[in-house]
Amino acid sequence: MNKITRRQALGTTAGALTVLGIAGATAHAAATDSRAATTPAGTVDEVYQGRRIQIAPGTGGGHHGGHHSPGLPTVKIDGRELHVMQNADGTWISVVNHYETFADPTSLARAAVRELQGSQLAPMQMGGMA
Amino acid sequence: MTVRKNQAALTPEEKRAFTNALLELKRTGRYDRFVTTHNGFIMSDTDSGDRVGHRSPSFLPWHRRFLLEFEAALQAVDASVSIPYWDWTADRTTRSSLWAADFLGGTGRARDGQVMDGPFAYATGKWEVAVRVDGRNYLRRALGEGVAQLPTKAEVDAVLAMPVYDMAPWNSSSNGFRNNLEGWRGANLHNRVHVWVGGQMATGVSPNDPVFWMHHAFIDKLWADWQAKHPTSTYLPAAGTANVVDLRDTMRPWNDVTPADMLDHRKFYTFDTEPAAAASQR
Repeated sequence: MNKITRRQALGTTAGALTVLGIAGATAHAAATDSRAATTPAGTVDEVYQGRRIQIAPGTGGGHHGGHHSPGLPTVKIDGRELHVMQNADGTWISVVNHYETFADPTSLARAAVRELQGSQLAPMQMGGMA
Repeated sequence: MTVRKNQAALTPEEKRAFTNALLELKRTGRYDRFVTTHNGFIMSDTDSGDRVGHRSPSFLPWHRRFLLEFEAALQAVDASVSIPYWDWTADRTTRSSLWAADFLGGTGRARDGQVMDGPFAYATGKWEVAVRVDGRNYLRRALGEGVAQLPTKAEVDAVLAMPVYDMAPWNSSSNGFRNNLEGWRGANLHNRVHVWVGGQMATGVSPNDPVFWMHHAFIDKLWADWQAKHPTSTYLPAAGTANVVDLRDTMRPWNDVTPADMLDHRKFYTFDTEPAAAASQR
């Protein structure tokens, strides 16, 4: 019972943090809109079902320090990175929705939000030789 | 010789032996290492780079080897156990005995997807999801919610009729048997079943749900069925192909096994649909 109680308590905290995140994200989104001309195409900063989705387009050169494949966008939900991949046909999958394809990173991130039901993403762990 | 049986035909004792062996592997931590391995490959197998476990020709031999290792671990607990297969063309509703409390338990509750009955319900204290993509440590399912229908027998038969194993570019955009079975193309067989079950099964850590093994045992059987139907067709590519595992290349993470080693399942087990005597002679 201890474990369940602790998890429920953590869930409550995460909910409170999410509420704080909405206010911050809304303000940020407004600021982004006002200088849209300088924002790289593919940049997303939105609140969806109470969760903040941030998408930064890939650089193509792989020099942005991420540990995933070069050229892929960095997708974050409430600041936690979502592992994403692009299929050869241009569709997208993530580690949360791995067996179902999505047309673009935004719909992929929104699907992850729906699937998470308020839970936070775990830290990304890469490496095929686990 | 191990015989893999249709899960619908298992006796109550066989079901209990299987689930007890799963719980024991979970207790010792052995189970979670399989989950970690699978997710590592899920995240590193890419259409344009090295790919071994998924979206590539070695999807089938890789999972055959993965299941063999898992089955050996189960049998170290209980030598009578084998991995049952789930024929989702036949047992295709949430009311199937597969999802009963005396076997895998049922779908998750509406509020959070948590599976509440059966041996893998969180409240039993024996099945904490440790290798995960998010904070939730309980087994989740949403049977029939991500997609309404499981693949049909007719859809499976259409894929089994495809004569060529795999084709360039040897990834998720390929035509051929392997990719139509994996589900990135065509009717969508294997992938759709993961989505139909939902919860962890829809994620990179899908082996957290024990039904993963029974789903893949059926995918494995479909490969064997395809081989029997097309005796002159073979694994492709043969040699010299960038980023993918050719017939006689070794597969990570084992590095000592090739697709060629995995082609004949009868070296390791038979299915309950095959006559055992005939199998040993072939």
